[in-house]
Order: sequence, then structure tokens, then C-alpha cells
Amino acid sequence: MAAMTETAETAQTATGDPVTEAVPEEATARAGKAARHRPRPRVWRGAVLALAGTYFLLPLLASSVFTVHVPGQGLTFQAYTELLGADGFSQSLLLSLGLAAATIVLSLLLAVPALVAVRIGSPRLRPVVEVVCMLPLVVPPIALVTGITTVLRWGPEHLSRTPLYQTFIAVQDERFPVVLVLAYTVLALPFVHRSLDAGLRAVDVPTLVEAARSCGASWPYVVWRVLLPNLRTSLAGAAFLTLALVLGEFTIASLLGFRPFAVWIVSVSGAQARMSVAVSILSLLITWLLLLFLSRAGTAPSTTAAAPATSRKEP
Amino acid sequence: MSAPTTPHPEGTAGGTTPRRRRRGPRTWLATLPLLVFTGFCFGIPLAAIAFGAVTRTDPATGATSVTGEHLARSLQGPYLGSLTGSVQLSALTALLATLIGVLIAQALVTSRSTALRSAALTASGVLANFGGVPLAFAFIATAGISGVVTRLADLTGLGWDLYSFTGLTVVYLYFLIPLMVLVTVPALDGLRPQWREAARNNGATGWQYWRHVGLPVLAPSLLGGFVLLFGTAFVAHATAAALVGGSVPLVTLKIADALSGNVLTGQENVALALGLDMILIAGLVMAVYLPLQRRSARWLR
Repeated sequence: MAAMTETAETAQTATGDPVTEAVPEEATARAGKAARHRPRPRVWRGAVLALAGTYFLLPLLASSVFTVHVPGQGLTFQAYTELLGADGFSQSLLLSLGLAAATIVLSLLLAVPALVAVRIGSPRLRPVVEVVCMLPLVVPPIALVTGITTVLRWGPEHLSRTPLYQTFIAVQDERFPVVLVLAYTVLALPFVHRSLDAGLRAVDVPTLVEAARSCGASWPYVVWRVLLPNLRTSLAGAAFLTLALVLGEFTIASLLGFRPFAVWIVSVSGAQARMSVAVSILSLLITWLLLLFLSRAGTAPSTTAAAPATSRKEP
Repeated sequence: MSAPTTPHPEGTAGGTTPRRRRRGPRTWLATLPLLVFTGFCFGIPLAAIAFGAVTRTDPATGATSVTGEHLARSLQGPYLGSLTGSVQLSALTALLATLIGVLIAQALVTSRSTALRSAALTASGVLANFGGVPLAFAFIATAGISGVVTRLADLTGLGWDLYSFTGLTVVYLYFLIPLMVLVTVPALDGLRPQWREAARNNGATGWQYWRHVGLPVLAPSLLGGFVLLFGTAFVAHATAAALVGGSVPLVTLKIADALSGNVLTGQENVALALGLDMILIAGLVMAVYLPLQRRSARWLR
């Protein structure tokens, strides 16, 4: 191939008038090259995509088959029908959803004001906020949980005679472990920060705020009606990432001795393998649907918002 | 906490312009909840790890003294084996996932079908989040001892074992490759067709184009992707815990073991020391990744 391009080039430079003489020669060279070039990328591209597709679809298909096909008995949907009545299923799922909702609310309540403030009035704090939000990436969940257990052990050991002890007991309530919400919020901060930062970067926050303020809007009104609607996509993205993180979280919950969804799946796997696989597939489907729903929710309002703006301009 | 700080900035900000005085203190206060929260819920556990990893409390007297024995023990014997096992597994899976992910990303970028591209990117987004327990069970049902594929293809006869280093590698690739695709597709999109045309006009072959133009431009993103994958694989715990239990030595499993009280007396703080080791390695990973990411961002506008 190198020889071919060389000949084409020498042909071009050697001829005095490239327009008249070199064109047919170059055209044939190009045609020859194209004929040799085109099929090759297609073959490797098809092969790569086919192999990747097989690798990624095979476990999904095989585990679906595993849940509905019992060797020697044939097709049965028992794993799915028994699911709702299974001991602890709805309880752990509700706990996980509750934890996810609380984590989303808490992380957004913490991150949104801080990031907006950094954009509007305190740019000097920006690196501080960025580092604080990104630091949890450096601490793996399993390392964080060692620290949390150590701190929680201080409660009975050192603080049993102080009012703080009641707080330690309260955050470890089995029914709704607040300590998990706190830990998950820490873990979610990097993702929330990244998503919100990208959203804020696309919006001219100071101009929007000043425009709204000079029109007489109060601060809560500015945040609620001007800033948050502009951040809808990134808020949805942050919420989705947090939800996925909390629903799938196993490490911290299991080591602290709580039983949300992921821990329940593992605990049930010994006795009912089929059901645990069925739940795993369902959780993947739920994640998929949520992603589709949120990407729809993120894009749809912008199109509906654009429509009135144009229609108002027309008259 | 915020009571003493509220009036203070109002008073001191008198010398600045009126606009500053009205806005400055308020915006500054809005970052306070975040900083206080991370200080409490992140700083205190972190301090507890660092403190516990280098001190020893005498159970009889209650006296606390500084010691390096926990850190030293965490770098010896089975603990060192688990650290190297984790590093080996992470490096191998990250390398494989980088190579395969780039191939897939290039296939997606060069493909003319936008439907295929967007579907594959959505799937990557979901699968990259599909780590942990559900993934482990999907693979147990597929290639475990009584898995569907194991029975159909008689994998056990071929020497296949899901609950081993190799099996874990295959499972880890399942969420690492989509992550790499997500990271690489923007970088490959950043390779402008003009560069390729310019190289070809100057007589470069396809290989020469990749060797002198494509790969140098992509290198920071690829390296950054590799480091990111390494970090992700290194801290992964749930997948390994649900899959192999303890048969493959990994540092995350060892920490979980130690936290469940599965250590000799007097070695309780080894978990904290191992945690500190992991934080140091993860910190190193981030210290390499962030500059690389910033560098690669220059070409992607």
C-alpha cells in the first residue's frame, strides 16, 4: 500500500501539468485503493461488534433461560410468581428505594446550593468545593466502611453517658438506617458534582440570576423558577446515578449489618438460586427503564419549552 | 454552628462595594452545609482510619500509643498476597478492557448507523452500572457449576472454573469494557477527519497515521481510561464477594473478612491499615488520572 501511494505521488509531482495528465492515473489509483480499503474495515467492524454482542448478550439470555427452565421439568415461571410473596423481598426493596430517595434529596440539597453559590458569588471557594466533592473517589467504599464501623464503635465505648449516644443509636435504626444515607451521600457526591457542574457550565448562571433579580424576583423564586428548570437534565442525571448506586450497593450495607435489596439477593441465593437470578435480571431491566425514562425526561421538557417560546415570537 | 458566622461577615464586609456586601456573605453561606457535611460524614471516618491504622490501644490500661505494626502487618503474608492479587487482577482486566473497549469504540465510531451507535452507547451506560451482586448472579446462572452455558457446552470438561482468577477476569470485563467504550467514544470522535486526510495527502499509510497522529492524540485518554478501569476493578468488592467468597485472594475480601471479626485478637486494626493502603493506591490512581483527563480534554473541543 505504501508503494501505491508513492507511485501516485511521484506521478503527480513528475508531470508538468497535474490537471490534465495526473487525473486519470490518480483516479485509477484511488479506485484501486478504495476497492482494497472498503471491505476490510467492514469485516473487522462486523467481527468486533458481533463478538462483543455475543459476549454481552450471552449472560443475559442464559440467565433468563436459567430462571424459567428447570432441567427435567421444562418451562416454569415459578421464580417470578413467587417473588412478590418471598420473605423480605418487598421489605428490602422498599428500604432500598427509601434510602435512594433520601440520598438523592440530601445530596442534591447539599450540592445544588453550594455549586450555584460558587458560580454566582464566591469563585474563590470553587476549588475547595470541587476537591471536597471529588475526594470520595479516592476512598473506596470498603475503606470508608472500616472508618464508619470504627466511629460507630465509639458510641458504646466512649460516649455512652452523653446525649450523643442516643444519636448513635438513632442513626443505626434497623427500619431506616440513617447512617447508610449519610455514607451513600458521600459516595454519590462525585457523580452529583460532575453532573451538576456540566449542567451549570452550559448555563450562564450570573446573567440569568441578575436578569431575574432586576425583574424583581426573590431569591427562592430565582432558584426555583429560573435555575432549577435550566438544570433539569443534569438533576435527572445526578438522580439516576445516585439511584443506581444505592440500589446496587452491597458493601457498606452488608458490612454494617443492614438488609437492603442487594444484601437480600445474596442472602436468598443459597436457598433459592433461581429467584436470586430472576431478581438480578429484573434489577437490570429496572435500571434500563429508569435510564430510558430519565433521558426522556431530560430531553422532553426542552422541546416543549422551546415550542411556546417560538410561538410567542411569531405574532 | 452557623449562628456566630451569620452576623460576622456582614460586619466585616462593610469596606467593599455595596453589591459585594449584599451578595458575598449569602453565597458563601450556601456552601457551608456541604462543607460541614463532608467534614462530619467523610472527614471523621477518614481520620478514624488514619488514626486507627497507626495506633494501638492497650486493652488492659486503655493507653494509646503510636505504632507501625498494623501497617507492617498489612504488607506481609496473606495480606500482601491479597494486595498483589488485587493489583494483578485489576491490571490484567484493565489492560484487556482497554484494548477491547477501544476496538469496540472504533467500530462504533466508524459505523454509519446512528441507531446502532446510540443503542450501543445506552447499553454501555446501563452495563457499566451493572456491576455488583446482580452481575455475579447472572454469571453464576450462565457459567457457574450448573449454569446454562456450562451444561450446554460442557465447559467444566474444558477446564473452565468461574470461581477462579480467570473466571473473575471474565466477569470484571463485563462492566469494565462498557465503561471503556463510554470513555473512549468521545475521544475517538475528537479525531478529526481532516487530520486523517492531511496525513494521507502527505503520503502516510494507515499505520503511519495511527502511529504518528492518531495514537499520540489519543494516548492521554487511553491511559486515563486504563487508570480509571484499574481503579474501578481495584475497589470492586460486591461482585467478588458474591462470586468467589474467599477462594481468590483480593484485598477487598480480606478487609471484609477482618471487619466481620475474622482475625486474631490484637489484629483488629489490620482492616484499618489495609483500608489505608487501598486509599493510598486509589489516591495514586486519581493523581495519575485527573491530569491525564485534563490533558486529553484539550483535543476534544
